[in-house]
Amino acid sequence: MTITEDRPSDAATPEIGRSRARKEDQRLITGRTRWTDNIQLPGMLHLAMVRSPFAHATVTAINTDEARKAPGVVGVITGADIKDVQGAVANAWPLNGEQKTPNHLPVVVDHVACAGEIVAVVAARTAAEARDAAELVDVDYDELPAVLDLKEAVKDEVLAHPDLGTNTSAVWTLDSAAQGSGTDVEDEIAAARSDGVVIEREFRQQRLIPAFMEPRSTVCDPTGEQMTVWSSTQVPHILRFLVAATTGIPESKVRIIAPDVGGGFGGKLQTTPEEFATIAVARRLGKPCKYTETRSESLLSGHHGRDQWQKLTLSARKDGTVTGLKVELLADLGAYVGVVGGGVPVLGAWMFNSIYKFAAYHFTVRTLLTNKTWVDAYRGAGRPEATFAIERMMDELAAELGRDPLEVREQNWITHGEFPFTTVAGMTYDSGNYEAATAKAKELFGYDELRAEQKHRRESNDPVQLGIGISTFTEMCGLAPSRILGALNYGAGGWESASIRMLATGKVEVLTGVSPHGQGHETAWSQIVADRLGVPFEDVEVLHGDTQISSKGMDTYGSRSLVVGAEAVVRAADKVIEKAKVVAAHLLEASVDDIEFTGGRFGVKGTDKGVTMPEVALATWTGHNLPDGVEPSLDADATFDPDNFSFPHGTHLCAMEVDTETGATTMRKYVCVDDIGNIINPLIVEGQVHGGLVQGIAQALWEGAEYDDQGTLVTGSFVDYTLPTSADTISFVTDHTTSPSTYTTLGTKGVGEAGAIASTPAVVNAIVDAVRAFGVDDILMPCTPERVWKAIQKGRSVPGEGERDAQPHFDEGVPNQDPGAATEGSQA
Amino acid sequence: MIPAQFDYLAPTSVADAVAALAEHGDEAKVLAGGQSLLPILRMRLNAPGVVIDLGRIPELQGVSEDGDHLVIGAMTTYAAVLASEAVTTHAALLSKAIATVADPQIRHRGTVGGALVHADPAGDVGAPALALGAELVIAGADGSTRTVAAEDFFEDLFATAVGEGELLTQIRIPKHTGWGAHYEKFVRVSHQWSIVGVAATVRSEGGSIAEARVGLTNMGSTPLRARSVEEALVGQPATDEAVRAAVASVNDGTNPPSDLNGDSDYRKHLATVLTRRAVLAAAGA
Ligand SMILES: Cc1cc2nc3c(=O)[nH]c(=O)nc-3n(C[C@H](O)[C@H](O)[C@H](O)COP(=O)(O)OP(=O)(O)OC[C@H]3O[C@@H](n4cnc5c(N)ncnc54)[C@H](O)[C@@H]3O)c2cc1C
Repeated sequence: MTITEDRPSDAATPEIGRSRARKEDQRLITGRTRWTDNIQLPGMLHLAMVRSPFAHATVTAINTDEARKAPGVVGVITGADIKDVQGAVANAWPLNGEQKTPNHLPVVVDHVACAGEIVAVVAARTAAEARDAAELVDVDYDELPAVLDLKEAVKDEVLAHPDLGTNTSAVWTLDSAAQGSGTDVEDEIAAARSDGVVIEREFRQQRLIPAFMEPRSTVCDPTGEQMTVWSSTQVPHILRFLVAATTGIPESKVRIIAPDVGGGFGGKLQTTPEEFATIAVARRLGKPCKYTETRSESLLSGHHGRDQWQKLTLSARKDGTVTGLKVELLADLGAYVGVVGGGVPVLGAWMFNSIYKFAAYHFTVRTLLTNKTWVDAYRGAGRPEATFAIERMMDELAAELGRDPLEVREQNWITHGEFPFTTVAGMTYDSGNYEAATAKAKELFGYDELRAEQKHRRESNDPVQLGIGISTFTEMCGLAPSRILGALNYGAGGWESASIRMLATGKVEVLTGVSPHGQGHETAWSQIVADRLGVPFEDVEVLHGDTQISSKGMDTYGSRSLVVGAEAVVRAADKVIEKAKVVAAHLLEASVDDIEFTGGRFGVKGTDKGVTMPEVALATWTGHNLPDGVEPSLDADATFDPDNFSFPHGTHLCAMEVDTETGATTMRKYVCVDDIGNIINPLIVEGQVHGGLVQGIAQALWEGAEYDDQGTLVTGSFVDYTLPTSADTISFVTDHTTSPSTYTTLGTKGVGEAGAIASTPAVVNAIVDAVRAFGVDDILMPCTPERVWKAIQKGRSVPGEGERDAQPHFDEGVPNQDPGAATEGSQA
Repeated sequence: MIPAQFDYLAPTSVADAVAALAEHGDEAKVLAGGQSLLPILRMRLNAPGVVIDLGRIPELQGVSEDGDHLVIGAMTTYAAVLASEAVTTHAALLSKAIATVADPQIRHRGTVGGALVHADPAGDVGAPALALGAELVIAGADGSTRTVAAEDFFEDLFATAVGEGELLTQIRIPKHTGWGAHYEKFVRVSHQWSIVGVAATVRSEGGSIAEARVGLTNMGSTPLRARSVEEALVGQPATDEAVRAAVASVNDGTNPPSDLNGDSDYRKHLATVLTRRAVLAAAGA
């Protein structure tokens, strides 16, 4: 990575493409800013939550007497107290009309469906007093049997929500034959069974926790005409809508502010029980209230991510041409269907076929309720799962054929000349160049040299084996065309909104409907607007995250901010220019048609006459000399609804060393060449790629949320939920190729999730590649040293395992089988 | 993460600290670097009425030499131990082990005494203390002191010979000048407690191992000393083959836990591999 110094603006060099250090860094890094927990209001009370220790229980009695008497306590509120006013935690994306969606109350009234659910809220003058009093609330529970395991849940023997009669929330299918985008996958598999290759595997996407840096916090001030809520959220606009929709408070009476927010990774795109509880208690007591969670509460009660079993059947001809892919998923939703919880696996439905040209494709997901923390979007949401599955399968196919895995991929991928390309899943990829990214990655990686070293280590029986993992990923982001969302039964649109305000002094305010939480939007948007309007970077102020200021928006997730949100900004800027042109022409006594706008100056063609944007802004503000009928304002709004998704892609190559004596793995080299279209700020992109890579690598190697058989989260602190730090990672080699998006002005594609989507299979493929010679063809994630070592022992103990028949058929009627049973046991 | 309310005392001498302990009995808890105690208080796993901070007691600080012993004050931080040339010279094993504890922030707060009394079997200080034959000086209520051998100090999970009303004041370590040392810590992420750790220190003579000391971290409810390995190593050349054979008995008397990082059998396997590596590295092979 190159550190590039901040350069002052000079009109000659475009801002777009500059590695500007982020405007927001100083205040964010020093913490001298408006983190929600920094907010203090006069008379503000502090809340502490009383949470259920049981995974599944009926609340039979709550005695709050002792707590009420404790020093500083102003109120102890139970679910029954606010039953009719607390609103509900909503699901915005029912997969279909039959979906079972348990009612999700912020503070439970009688039924606890997972450990950590809130049963009472204590309000006190200080946070310490609230915490002390919370210990005194006496709750009686009748424990109910809990269903914790996904495959147990399928059987419907123990129910997470007995009143629903089943644990299945929904079943959703996409089939290429049925929708006319390809052939029938069963035919292709049957053909391959008789004269081809069939690869069958089952993979586990373990449960992950989106461990954002800033724990969640909410302040609600119920006094005044508009209730004001500050919250550490990714989605202030969605929160406003859902507060209004579920509590009955008129939307016009609700102002939501997401001040500076310290990370989210999807974990803050939820409207949370804690937000609703804080609002309900503040309104009931008529006082401002603050709730800030502890890290333990965050790990337990913020939504979790992933958690699927993936059963995959891939058919190919003997020459390596893939003919079909069948995907059957079980997805654990946890105790409730989150805001897009059920939809997350479905977001992967179009991506299992990835960059390849398969004839047939089938996808089914069964979403299931269990008595664990609810699951929703986590960086990548659906696409990491899909990418993992297909990229692992392509390696398995190559291994079965005894061919180089890159070569097998190339044989099957969409070639450069074939764009735009409509896939077997029905998406139209607008642009891309898999050959270029792969060629560059191979060279940076030293692919042939590392393959030679691998061969040497194998032949010399080195205790440290080397493996090479590949992930040629694509993903769909830039959520989303509203019409497609409508067709999918999603509860909102996917457009984005922006406004530009031209101030009298020539400064520019940009209002954006997306809601940054660490991405650096203020910097990138300033660069874009500086170029567009020809004003200095420093003169652009980006305002966001307050429904009273940037009143419309769909917020930030799904790598949509730049692709959709900044496109709205560009369109608003273009409207400003059009309005300013009219004023400039008038001031210059020229015809509008003769005005040219370049470098921030309106000039008259063929003359040296001109006025600058700030001069036009001032003239407009005074209103002294405007053309007849022209309003004294250059301000403009734009709302952009994309026509398509954005399809970034890239080639990631990873070399892993495996110590066969201990199972320890060490990353040797990681190269990624991403194609994310045009780049606004290379430094920010680098940061997004690095962070994403580490999160994806962490899924492969380190992270995993584990419960005991009582439904208690065992990985409830950072002692056991092993997040990596910089000491655990190596220096990544990152580079780019560029295939601009064809349907946006800026030609950008999303990058926020790319690293996390691509890296997981690259790492696991590398580990499996390193030990495949021992008869290993899969290792459960996280690939702990113990699992790697045991896989080697198991492979070694089965004679001929290395060359075994690669067509084990899934047992009839079994929903999924467990390839990792031998090592899973140790996780109890 | 707010602890329950407690009173705070900061005595400036061991005598005052011991007196305060006597006064408050089991209501009181001693605070050293706080790196284990504070998380416990903040998670409300313990709620002492009085916290007695040892941080203002000069006599508990620092490293000194006393003839053929090193003397480390109980309140000496990891960072101070790492900076001590005396420790590097005469008890290299302790430095090597301490260098692997957590991260620099924690090493600037956490103390050797706190770590030993906390007695987490996954902690990295117990095994080297045991291997080096450390003696622990304990101050009692009546102003008396007693000295306990490391072997007798660790009683069980989180339990030591330091009784109610007592303080650990000093760690006395026989000098192992000229001994090679290595601490082999096995973790999944860098800031983790040992899944298994092996502390080995070796005196070589004419190309073979003359004496060896081996301590094991997280292979039982207390740190363990692998005496049979120590004996088997005497007189052996520092070769892979010889050491491999000598460490075969390392699991005699071990009873490692099973958890998310690995089951008991896996830990036993690790112990054999890591002990071989630690001994070879200590012997400079
Ligand atoms: C994130 C993190 C990672 C860590 N990683 C590691 C690691 O990798 N390896 C490792 O070994 N440790 C690790 N630790 C623990 C660390 O080493 C602690 O500092 C140590 O265990 C306790 O030392 P302390 O001085 O902080 O003691 P404190 O936390 O202050 O006290 C610990 C206990 O000892 C008692 N006590 C302290 N001093 C005395 C005394 N003189 N006499 C009598 N009783 C006393 C206290 O009452 C308390 O019960 C980690 C800690 C953290 C927070």
